[in-house]
Parts: sequence; C-alpha cells; structure tokens
Amino acid sequence: MFENLVKWARKKSPWILLFNSGSCNGCDIEVIAAVTPRFDIERFGIQVKGSPRHADVLVVTGPVTRQQASRLRRIYDQMPDPKYVVAMGSCGSTGGVFKGLYNVLEGVDKVLPVDAYVAGCPPRPDEIIDGVIAVLGMFESGDGRKRARGKDPIRIERKPLAEVTT
Amino acid sequence: MEASGLRPEVRKLAEMTIPIGPQHPALKEPVGFMVNVEGERIKSLDLDVSYNHRGIEKGVEQRDFNQSLYLIERICGICSHAHATNFAKGIEELMNLEIPKRASYIRLIVGELERIHSHYLWVGVAGHEIGFDTLFMYTWRDRELVQDLLEIISGNRVNYAINCLGGVRRDLNEKTIKLALDHLKKLGERAAYYTQLATTEETMVDRLSGVGKLPYEKAKSLGSVGPTARGSGVDSDVRRDDPYLAYAEVPFKVITANNCDVLGRTIVRAGELAQSIEMTKWALENLPPGEIKKAPPRSAPPGEVISRYEAPRGELVHYIKSNNTDKADRFGVRTPTMANWPSVVEGLTGQNIADIPIVVAAIDPCLSCTSRTTFVDIDRHKSWVWNWDELRNYSIRWYKENKGIYWGD
Repeated sequence: MFENLVKWARKKSPWILLFNSGSCNGCDIEVIAAVTPRFDIERFGIQVKGSPRHADVLVVTGPVTRQQASRLRRIYDQMPDPKYVVAMGSCGSTGGVFKGLYNVLEGVDKVLPVDAYVAGCPPRPDEIIDGVIAVLGMFESGDGRKRARGKDPIRIERKPLAEVTT
Repeated sequence: MEASGLRPEVRKLAEMTIPIGPQHPALKEPVGFMVNVEGERIKSLDLDVSYNHRGIEKGVEQRDFNQSLYLIERICGICSHAHATNFAKGIEELMNLEIPKRASYIRLIVGELERIHSHYLWVGVAGHEIGFDTLFMYTWRDRELVQDLLEIISGNRVNYAINCLGGVRRDLNEKTIKLALDHLKKLGERAAYYTQLATTEETMVDRLSGVGKLPYEKAKSLGSVGPTARGSGVDSDVRRDDPYLAYAEVPFKVITANNCDVLGRTIVRAGELAQSIEMTKWALENLPPGEIKKAPPRSAPPGEVISRYEAPRGELVHYIKSNNTDKADRFGVRTPTMANWPSVVEGLTGQNIADIPIVVAAIDPCLSCTSRTTFVDIDRHKSWVWNWDELRNYSIRWYKENKGIYWGD
C-alpha cells in the first residue's frame, strides 16, 4: 500500500536533473525551452532540479568528455534509487559528430547504464518530453530498471518535421 | 583583516584549491569558480573552464572542409551559425571564391535571427538570475517565434546548417518571407516593450545599476568584446568596422551605453534586438534574386587567414591555415566568452556575493553555469560550498532584505 503510494507520487511528479557532459549547449537550451510556456513540461509534474539527491531522472547531454566522465559517474552514484538515465541527442547516444575526437568517450552508455535514447541534434523539445514520458512508463513497472532485466532500452526515433511552409 | 595577518592554517584554507566538479548544471555549460570573500565582499575570483574541452581544433585537421563545417557548428549551440559562417567565410577567402549575393543575404538573415534569439534568451536568463521569473517566461515565449522562423528557413531549431562552402543550402520563397515579416513585426513590438522595461522599470534599474562595474579604460585594456564592451562605451562592432557578408549595404546603428555596468549591457542588448529586427526586415525586403550556391574547388591553396565575425556575444575569431589539400593544416578559435572572462573577474572584485549570478550572466557566458561555488570567509575562518541555485536564492533574499527589491515568488 505504502509502496504503491510512493510509486504513484514518483510517477506523478518526477524531478529531472540536467547534466552537461560536454555538449554544444544546443540540447541544454532545448531542455530549458521545454520548461517555458510553449512546451510547458511542468504540466506532467516534471520539474528541472539542481541537486542529484532530489532527482529521479538524469538527463545527460553531450558526448562525455574525459574530464567529465568521473564526475558524471559520481553524480549518478549520488542519486537515490530508483533512478533512470536518458541520453540526449546524437552525441549523448553515440558520440555523434564528435566521434573520433581525442577527448571524448563517445556516448553516455560508456559510463552509465542508459534507459532511453533520444535522437536528434538537438532533439526538439517535444521529442525530449517524449523521452522523459517514456521513462515514466518504467516507473510503473517497478523499482528495478528494465535494462537490468535484460530488456532493450527505449529509443525515441527522430520524427519527420512538421508541415512547414517551405 | 588582510590575508597576511591570518593564522597559517586559515591562510591555507583561503588559498585552498578545490577541484569543483560541474555537479550542478542549472542552465548551461559547466565552469568551476573559486571565490575568496571577506564577509560579504569578494576578494578574488578564480575560474576553471576546462570541463567542456572536446578537441575540436584537432578534429578539424583530420576532416575535410565540408565535414569540418558541421563539426564547427557544434562548438556552441547558441551561436552555431556564427561559427559555421566564420569558418566558411575564411575558407572561401582562401579559395578566392566569391559567394552569390543572394547567399550572403540569406546568411545575414539567419545570422541576425540568431542574434535575436540569443538576446531574447539572455534577457530571460538575466531576469531569472535576479529573481524576475515572469520576465524569463515572457521572453522565452517570444523567443519561440524566432525559433519557428529559423526552423522554417533552415529546417532545424538550433544547429541550422544553412551554410555550405560557396553559398547556402536552402533558398527562401515568397511565403516564408511573408511569414517572417509577419513574425518580425510582433517581435519588434515585444522588443520595444523590453527596451522600455529595461530602461524605465524602477526595480530593474535599481537592481542592475552600479553592479559589475567595468570602466571604459578597463574594458579597453582587458580586451572585452561585444555587448560587454559596448555597455562600457567602447564603440566597436565588427559588422561596421570590418564589414563581411552584406553588412556594408544594410543600414544599422551600433548601440553603445555609458553606464559601464550590468544595466548598460542590458540597454545595449535591448537596443540591438530592435536593430537586428530592422536589419532582418530590410534584408528580407531587399533580397537580391539569383543563385544561392557556387561550386567550390576541392582544395584551398596554401595560405593563412584570420576570419572575424560579430557573434551575439562579441567578436569571434577563427584562424585557418591551409596547405593545398582539402583539409585545414591548423585551425584556431577565440570565442567572445573567452575574451570576456577577465571583465567578470574585474566586475566582481569588491562586489557583494549576491551580485555573482547577474554579473556572470551579464557577459552571456557560452560556458555558463557554475557547477558549484566555494566561499572562503576570511573573517569567520570558515569555508562553504554553494551550488548555483542556492547562490541565486541567496542573491534574491539579500536584495529583498537589504534593498527591498523583490518580484514575489
């Protein structure tokens, strides 16, 4: 009963932590744009928080630079269980355009277990919301992470651009 | 009390260097600060901007010009067009390639739209840092209009990739131009409102004036660029001083302010918003017909070039050396934020702790967001660590209690 209540509370108001592991800033401003009136991520109860100790979902942008790798791991370890990781953008997923540069590790999954990948360079705010909402589905299925039980992580594919006037 | 009169262990504490992890990226990119304070006053400031080093300069040497263009665009997501255009411009100069007039106008239009989005973003972030969150939500709502335009013109909201060597990738059609003019009219009205807000709203003027002092001479000698320098009365703008693209033809004014503080930088940015909107309108209305692209040669003859561009944050410099192949021999970047960091140290020394967020935000750092800030109080012999949110809250509370400046929760 109490567990169900906690699960319900988590699902209704997940707090996300944004971590920039060496991205170009593009993903980060799109996450901030998701908070502002046009996209308004708060209508799902989602809040962008500062401290890893308060966060349920870690959103990581950037290809993970060598200097950031150990810090990213430390942040992840500081988060309370259950915790979920969303790798944002092409470079967060695979290293993207930064593949082959000497100071990058090419992808968040080199350092952390990742639950959802969001494609795009950068993903649009609606795609970011899609990714976080997909992770909310995992909250339902219990405290363990899906990946640990041998299931595939979620992949949010790039959607075709909306009807534009050109 | 002077640092020299302290007990050795306290002095050691004051000199302590803590590797401050970027554990708290509240808004943008990671940077570490070490602040030495005496009570409320800041004694000195040290910063570490190394967290985002990816090795792009080396990467450019291993990729050909076309591949490099897309890599360079991702140096910074906010001024991506500035980086890409500056690089393309430099390579074209090395190749002796003149791009079609229509292409240079389209580059200019995207460049100015980028400046509009960047300045709107800045006004919002500055509002957020001083506790005026209503302004943050207002400006970011309006900014979506520019983002829509950029998406319609280039196909992407952030990394536009409109450039290619020898011109641009996509053309503008009548329908887009009409929509753009329509959006720009609305944006112009909003910009006028923000200019009025920044210059006449009493709380805002009280909060920003006299904060982060940077006198004219200091701005000159520290080599500040962009709105930071122009806010201190330095009349410099690459668009006018060394015109590139079609800037020689488009009429515009260089906005300067003599306030020499954060208010000055706000006034300059608000003024530039209006100027950029007018410039974009003019360029859209006078868009020359013709080709948008010329086929570039495969390689560039040996040579060196310094390419300059007025990015939203100030003068951006690229150095490119070519060696008769399709790759650059050496590539170097000097971003405007790098040039403006010394002015932050100057502006903060002797100021209150409560002024750190807004003074740091005032240069519009591309490497923003201190992960954590360590304070060493020399008088009370203790040190503590704050993250950006706590610092921001402290700053808002301090001004509420001491100056009565408050916008509500």
